[in-house]
Amino acid sequence: MTEKIATPQTFAQKALARAAGLDRVEVGQVVDARPHVVLSHDNTAAIRQIWLEFGQPRVLIPDRIAITLDHAVPAPTTKHAQNHAEIRAFVAEQGIRNFWEVGRGICHQVLSEEAIVLPGQTILGSDSHTTHFGWLGAFGAGIGRSEVATLWATGELWLRVPETIHIVLEGDLPPGVTAKDFSLRIIGDLGADGGIYTAIEFSGSGMHALSLESRMVLPNMMAEMGAKNAYIAPDDKVFDYLATRQAKRAGQGASSADEQLVNRKSQIVNHALFPDPGATYAAEYHYQAAQLEPYIACPHSMDNVVPLSQVAGTRVQQAFLGTCTNGRLEDIAAAVAVMRGRQVATGTRFLVIPASSQVLSEAMRLGYIQTLVEAGAVIGVPGCGPCMGNHMGVPAPKEVTISSANRNFKGRMGTADAEIYLASPAVVAASAVKGVIADPREL
Amino acid sequence: MQIQGHAWKYGDNINTDVIFPGKYTYTVTGRAEIARHALEDLDPTFVQKVQPGDLVVAGRNWGCGSSREQAASCLVYNGVGAVIAESFSRIFYRNALNHGLLAIACPAAAQAIQPGESVVIDLDRNLIQCAAGEFAYPPLSPSVMGIVQAGGLVAYVKRKLAAGWQDEKMTG
Repeated sequence: MTEKIATPQTFAQKALARAAGLDRVEVGQVVDARPHVVLSHDNTAAIRQIWLEFGQPRVLIPDRIAITLDHAVPAPTTKHAQNHAEIRAFVAEQGIRNFWEVGRGICHQVLSEEAIVLPGQTILGSDSHTTHFGWLGAFGAGIGRSEVATLWATGELWLRVPETIHIVLEGDLPPGVTAKDFSLRIIGDLGADGGIYTAIEFSGSGMHALSLESRMVLPNMMAEMGAKNAYIAPDDKVFDYLATRQAKRAGQGASSADEQLVNRKSQIVNHALFPDPGATYAAEYHYQAAQLEPYIACPHSMDNVVPLSQVAGTRVQQAFLGTCTNGRLEDIAAAVAVMRGRQVATGTRFLVIPASSQVLSEAMRLGYIQTLVEAGAVIGVPGCGPCMGNHMGVPAPKEVTISSANRNFKGRMGTADAEIYLASPAVVAASAVKGVIADPREL
Repeated sequence: MQIQGHAWKYGDNINTDVIFPGKYTYTVTGRAEIARHALEDLDPTFVQKVQPGDLVVAGRNWGCGSSREQAASCLVYNGVGAVIAESFSRIFYRNALNHGLLAIACPAAAQAIQPGESVVIDLDRNLIQCAAGEFAYPPLSPSVMGIVQAGGLVAYVKRKLAAGWQDEKMTG
């Protein structure tokens, strides 16, 4: 009798096998996945319209649904406000507890802070940047509205098991070079379709040297390469972050905290999934951190990437720091380091929109907001802001924006005849000071 | 069960603007109208000569670009039985199956099939049969096949729920 040798599995294979209740899955196989979390945002009312067609009075598992209001907050028009009102009514009617109001922040940031998603789990969302949750070792993928409606009604959705691309980063990023720059370099090298339908696995000494906030940037940006999901192996820093926040959400007091925290953490650790050694990858790319530099994605595609030096001096009318990609405390701190003692250039607006209320609160406590306001920056309500052109910083025709966001398609920020350059937070801030695309290291 | 028709063969990186032009996205509605503009900027002969059951056969990254659902539905409305490609853009793939259009990623078959030749897809055995031989493709899960056969995700789910599917599934 021949013994079957089980082939090593990638993270994507393991995560989807678990979500589908199977022992193992093969690349190309289609499984019926039961995600642990289903995410939607301002599009929840439209999804509800589809869900109503199913004729179900109640969603199947309310505790697996997570909804934030973030894409146009606070409501810029009556129509938006009515949209939000319908969502609130739906949430109340269905007893959905995982709902965050206007001002709490951007979905991916909020769900991370609230420890809603854990390592080894699967989250599907009607948002293309649901890949974000790979930062904590979860399988996160974007889906369509009718698919979220289906999940509300049935709890399950078909998913095809992707092949995986392995990206390795060795060494520490040099000063002035960030996870955003690394992301742009990858997309520039592989192309905007370089990761279509694939899972991405990151590894290497450089990855674990990254702060948690820096790790959040990479899986988020991999959506711009067509990736289905992107994964970074969770480590102790991740487990501690999640256990602490999970405990806080459960309202655990300080006294009995320690033992319960240890229990929480070990449960989180035990649930984590890691790729098997020797798993098969469709491709492997190695990067030496020391060889990376600041990059810019030029109009109008995310793979139109050049070194910063090539476009330095380009006039900008608007600088935007924010979004799920780069709207966190670390990003604001990088901007503050540039802005301290300096002023925003005349003729340039500098918009700073923290990704969440917690980021805003902490930034205030540390004096960052004061410094930014004194430097002439404009502080916005936590949310997506002008990223996709709804409000809070739509550019005028012919204007150029330098942005810390993830997309620069023509017309993305609401005006077709405008240009968007993508960059890291410090570059955005330096450009605000100079009024042209500038290198913060040269200020 | 099988699909049988002639192959309409195309190349790599065919984006959704070319499958269904963007200028029609908001102005063209209705099945017949949408069908009329399928592959307009890629192959004007397609809408003239396509027969029900015919197949689209493509290279890499079919359906890249915009997520517009008409890229899938315009093929359905022309009676296309299936799309076989070396690879699909992810969103097109999902849109296709969720609109009842069978999308099969099978590089060997996609490369072997010649333009215009007769192709059979044996849905029961998951085999593509053409002059060059037989090519196996990974089976769709029963639920996805059910989606395609029901004519799309919403129709499929409605039917299943009406038949009491919810009772069989976990609720916690």
